[in-house]
Amino acid sequence: MYTQGLDQKTKTSDKPGPLEGPEQLAEFQARVDAEEKIEAKDWMPEAYRRTLVRQISQHAHSEIIGMQPEGNWLTRAPSLKRKAILLAKVQDEAGHGLYLYSAGETLGVSRDQMVADLLAGRAKYSSIFNYPTLTWADIGAIGWLVDGAAIMNQIPLCRCSYGPYARAMVRICKEESFHQRQGFEIMLELSKGTDAQKEMAQDAFNRWWWPSLMMFGPGDKDSKHSAQSMAWKIKRFSNDELRQKFVDVTVPQAQFLGLRVPDDDLHYNDETGHYDFGEIDWQEFLDVLAGNGPCNRQRMAQRTRAHEDGQWVRDAARAYAARQRAKAA
Amino acid sequence: MSDALLRYVLRLGDTALVTAQRMIERVAGEPELEEELANANFALDYIGQARMLYTYAGELDGNGADEDHFAFRRDAQQFRNLLIAEQPNGHFGDAIVRQFLFESFYVLLLNALAQCSDARLAEIAVRAEKEVRYHLRYAMQWLVRLGDGTEESHARVQASLDEFWRYTGEFFTGDDVDAHLRREYAGPDLTAIAEEWRKNVAAVLAEATLTAPADVHMVDGGRAGRHSEHFGFLVAEMQHLQRSYPGASW
Amino acid sequence: MTDEEWPLYEVFIRARSGLSHRHAGSVHAADDEMALNHARDTYTRRMEGVSIWVVRSDKIVASDPAETSAFFEPAEDKVYRHPTFYEIPEGVENL
Repeated sequence: MYTQGLDQKTKTSDKPGPLEGPEQLAEFQARVDAEEKIEAKDWMPEAYRRTLVRQISQHAHSEIIGMQPEGNWLTRAPSLKRKAILLAKVQDEAGHGLYLYSAGETLGVSRDQMVADLLAGRAKYSSIFNYPTLTWADIGAIGWLVDGAAIMNQIPLCRCSYGPYARAMVRICKEESFHQRQGFEIMLELSKGTDAQKEMAQDAFNRWWWPSLMMFGPGDKDSKHSAQSMAWKIKRFSNDELRQKFVDVTVPQAQFLGLRVPDDDLHYNDETGHYDFGEIDWQEFLDVLAGNGPCNRQRMAQRTRAHEDGQWVRDAARAYAARQRAKAA
Repeated sequence: MSDALLRYVLRLGDTALVTAQRMIERVAGEPELEEELANANFALDYIGQARMLYTYAGELDGNGADEDHFAFRRDAQQFRNLLIAEQPNGHFGDAIVRQFLFESFYVLLLNALAQCSDARLAEIAVRAEKEVRYHLRYAMQWLVRLGDGTEESHARVQASLDEFWRYTGEFFTGDDVDAHLRREYAGPDLTAIAEEWRKNVAAVLAEATLTAPADVHMVDGGRAGRHSEHFGFLVAEMQHLQRSYPGASW
Repeated sequence: MTDEEWPLYEVFIRARSGLSHRHAGSVHAADDEMALNHARDTYTRRMEGVSIWVVRSDKIVASDPAETSAFFEPAEDKVYRHPTFYEIPEGVENL
């Protein structure tokens, strides 16, 4: 899940590579326009490849970093059933990170390289995971809102022009179908519970609502890579289109749960048939993206520590395998 | 001893749950992504076992206690897990050694329980045994890789072995509950299991170029509810919500 | 130690007996046994399989997309290999 920030800028330029004649580019575009899938070893413009590497690796990093805020409540889950469900979900995130790294690897960049880029701060992940999970209701809110927003983003990606990415997304969407439901179920249980539980649910909703809207990325007029990504059929809908769709489906769900949407400007527009909503605090979005969210440093520190602590283990397995191969030879 | 079966089932459930809880603490800290999936699979198996065992315990108890009652509404001293399960995590090598030592025993125990005369317990054991047989394959392979890997990994994992070995004596000591189960339900023969465990463990340690520590003082007490200091924190953390909001449904 | 990642393996799963193995994805692993474990733990969590193959990705020999026309297009005009090429008069059965 969690595909926001998919078209965030990086420092690499998107200039065409040296061998890309206009004919070759036109032929490529014709294949894409005809809805043909591009496969790993097919010729592709260098900028297409770079866009995909950036997007797929950001997507993978988001899955891996996303394990942390939810993992935070694994040891404290309030029942054995909830514990098992949450663990299965967090495990799926590890799996989805893995599928996505694999898709990225087909583009000629190693998983090690992608991880190194993350740890060095060269690659981004979804800003949503830099918010803390303070109560159990946050686990419900993440499943319901964050996974809900992610699904909006991800379903169109199943039709992405790049075959390995599209196939990974099909698998991910299939597996994730329970993620949002389990989150909604947690919220539902809280909304039927004691006053303290209802308060917990409203508080979590207040904190996660706006960051969830930010997950769709900057507004269309400020989105850097959107037009090209749409032409290449990496992206099928604009950020604002997806955000509107998310608001339209989520508001009635909040009403069902008896929750108040923390937006005084929110109202149903009879003319458009959509909900109008208030201005997003883009400064907050940029701050979190720049590394100044509540948990940025903590998330990166934990990922770095796990990676470094595991070095001797990875080395040992390689050394053992090398010795076994030598013996067999 | 009318409640021997109940007490026995609870012990198994407690060890499964505490094992899972320690595994869960390691989530997002594994040395490689694929190991995250493995660790979560193992923890899910143990949560599943704890749920089956606690549900059965509730039936034996007959007072309407459900699985969550046993997990979340008993004090630390009422838990009867093996002490090895509750020890803090340490590094990956510690986790592998703990898993290897315990599961080498547990798989034999489950095999024996699958033959016992209590149909429900036997049925649970059959299911759990399949899960644990796979875990053990994984743990054994990793132990060999680490033992026979680099100098550093060998030294680390030998130290883990020296540390965790002291908790293996408890597997086989047995008490009146074990004796009752053996007598009344054709339960496990701990002496025979001990012998097979030693043989199996020695073979794997040899392949891993590791040495079983000699003359270690064995620590005992899990069966009597005498836990390590760490255990109170594990239980407090696990039970936090159920204790803070009594009677709430989640 | 050189700073090299564990090699990549491709994973093929047989969903149930009677079907052929199908590509499921890939995993990294230091050795073959580990690759099998990783494939099991990653790709069969939802009862997706009854049998797994793993093979080192660098052992797979693949056709070159640049050769696609030479490899595959010559089959296009061999329509007589397909039963629909043949006209069978009405009334003739069991053919």
